Amino acid sequence: MSQEKILSSDGIPLEESLKKAERKNKLKAVLLVAPLFLFILIIYIFPIGDMLFRSVDDRMITKMLPKTFVAMEKWDGKDLPDEPVYEGLYEDLSLLKKNKTFGKIIARLNYEKSGFSSLIKKTIRKIDKLEEGNYKEQFIKIHKRWGQSEYLVALKNTAPKWSYAKYLKGVDLKFDEQRNIIQQDEDRRIYKTLWLRTINVAFWVTIFCFILAYPIAHLLATLPMKYSNLLMICVLLPFWTSLLVRTSSWMVLLQQQGPINDLIVWLGWAADDNRPELMYNVIGTFVAMTQILLPFMVLPLYSVMKTISPSLMRAGKSLGGTPLVSFIKIYFPLTIPGIGAGSLLVFILAIGYYITPALVGGASGSLISNNIAYHMKSSLDWAFASALGTMLLVGVLAIYWVYNKLVGIDNIKLG
Amino acid sequence: MALPNHTPLNYRIWHYTYLTFCFLVFFFLIAPLFVILPLSFNAEQYIHFSSKMLALDPEGFSLRWYEDMIYGTKNPWGLATKNSLIIAFFATIGSTILGTVAALGLSSRHMPYKAAFMALLISPMIVPLIISGTAIFFFMAKVGLAATHTGIVLSHIILGTPFVVITVTATLSGFDHSVTRAAASLGSNPVNTFMKITLPLIMPGVISGALFAFVTSFDEVVVVLFLAGLENTTIPIQMWVGLREQLSPTIMAVATCLIVMSTLILVTAELLRRRSERLRGINR
Repeated sequence: MSQEKILSSDGIPLEESLKKAERKNKLKAVLLVAPLFLFILIIYIFPIGDMLFRSVDDRMITKMLPKTFVAMEKWDGKDLPDEPVYEGLYEDLSLLKKNKTFGKIIARLNYEKSGFSSLIKKTIRKIDKLEEGNYKEQFIKIHKRWGQSEYLVALKNTAPKWSYAKYLKGVDLKFDEQRNIIQQDEDRRIYKTLWLRTINVAFWVTIFCFILAYPIAHLLATLPMKYSNLLMICVLLPFWTSLLVRTSSWMVLLQQQGPINDLIVWLGWAADDNRPELMYNVIGTFVAMTQILLPFMVLPLYSVMKTISPSLMRAGKSLGGTPLVSFIKIYFPLTIPGIGAGSLLVFILAIGYYITPALVGGASGSLISNNIAYHMKSSLDWAFASALGTMLLVGVLAIYWVYNKLVGIDNIKLG
Repeated sequence: MALPNHTPLNYRIWHYTYLTFCFLVFFFLIAPLFVILPLSFNAEQYIHFSSKMLALDPEGFSLRWYEDMIYGTKNPWGLATKNSLIIAFFATIGSTILGTVAALGLSSRHMPYKAAFMALLISPMIVPLIISGTAIFFFMAKVGLAATHTGIVLSHIILGTPFVVITVTATLSGFDHSVTRAAASLGSNPVNTFMKITLPLIMPGVISGALFAFVTSFDEVVVVLFLAGLENTTIPIQMWVGLREQLSPTIMAVATCLIVMSTLILVTAELLRRRSERLRGINR
């Protein structure tokens, strides 16, 4: 006996009609999310991808000296190259001179090997006087470095389109002339220190935020509503106040003639003419960041502690546990989700902090973000800024991933 | 928190130590803000409590820095305030609309890959601002929107939407969907249902998300530092520039105004949160 299909009112089998409705609902949900998704994709995700691309893109020289590099493909890179390479150089450099676009290439090549700057400048100055044919000899006559194979090898080394040299620089490594990876010169090794300092500051800020936040979150969660609402303002007002206002208040407090130094002098811990430097060093960064990020620790802890029933602690005590034992065995384990959420949030925010270290940190208190900004705005080495940014981004996304696994991104609490 | 009479001494000591510690932490949180207020009324030019101020002598106080803020020659605050308000206004509208609509989709149980989409849409809040600033700057320069209000508004919409998405999805998590079905059964079309039933119910969440978006835009300095030209200067940029040069009493006056504003926003946000909790309480 064949089973008769259940039909809906319009004669279509119910199963099919349900599936259709399901599909329609799914489509509706996706269409609602689509505008924001596309917006973020185009104006945010795509530019971040572009940033990754910039950090490894190394086609500048290849693009500016196209004929040279075509000729160089046939050169083994050991002895001096033959005539075609010099002919290519002649044509490329003449064109650059005509268009007046050689500034960038000089800076880039000199970065590869010092001495390129005067070499290219001199060559470009004299290039109009060259006669046709036998360019190799004429080039060497202009500047003897054209007769030294190491300069031409260095030039050939810039041929690959992609390069991770900027990433090496970000961890104090570099390529030597034979393309081996070696340590950066001693006096230029700053990035390892910078990374370690950033992680160190973020770590200790997180620890201190936790130590300060745990008791007050507990107090807020256990006090009667009318008191806790009042005290909550102490947490929420800084949370809503402009970051620059809070940083400037720390600048007032920590300056040499400021209230904290007055207090230290008054207590006799330091002489009036020998006031300690509390600002423009890592102390300033550390203290100000701890206060500024504290609400981000208190709020997740509070929202978890609020759900813990006070009867659990009473039960612990009634079963003979001392307050300390009941706390360690009952209360503390229940707050671990809040601790995880708060710590990860504070750490993520701290590791990318820019404004506060820039204003109160000075040179010894500046973090990796400040260096990225420096390369974006002052040294204009955008590829390197992108590489540092990408390294930071990878770190942050790794923590974000852990956060998402442990806490769930939709459990972020605001206010 | 008074302790009962029979509390043992060691517990008593522990308890008061704990309360003192909490008091100190609250002090640490809130006191720095209050340092700024009196200094903005300083009659002298230095960022220092003068002896006259400490003696509460009226001569130690004045409104001259507020005067300077509003009428000072070549002062940048007028233009900066105007720009900040315009940018924050449009950024708030953009973030609120895009974020609310997306939150409706994300809260639907039919939404596929919900967690992945959520993680992606929240990411602008997590990624360090310096990276967002760098990436957005490259993009805006490429499409010719650097140093324009439009470019800044678009980037602030990006930074503001995560807050709206979070607050609105939180509100929707307690939302009783039978009311929209009831509306549909009574012949209302989806748009009408949304405007008349859903939106009023989730309004507290939407407004508190909008407040977050507004504050984010109004307070944002890193991305604007990359994008702004002289014409697009905002209050945070001017504060940043001022603070890098020297602490001036005028900055203290501006900071005081900002603290007053954040207090107002805090009160509004708190009232909304309570209203939202009440509304959701009824729904349950």
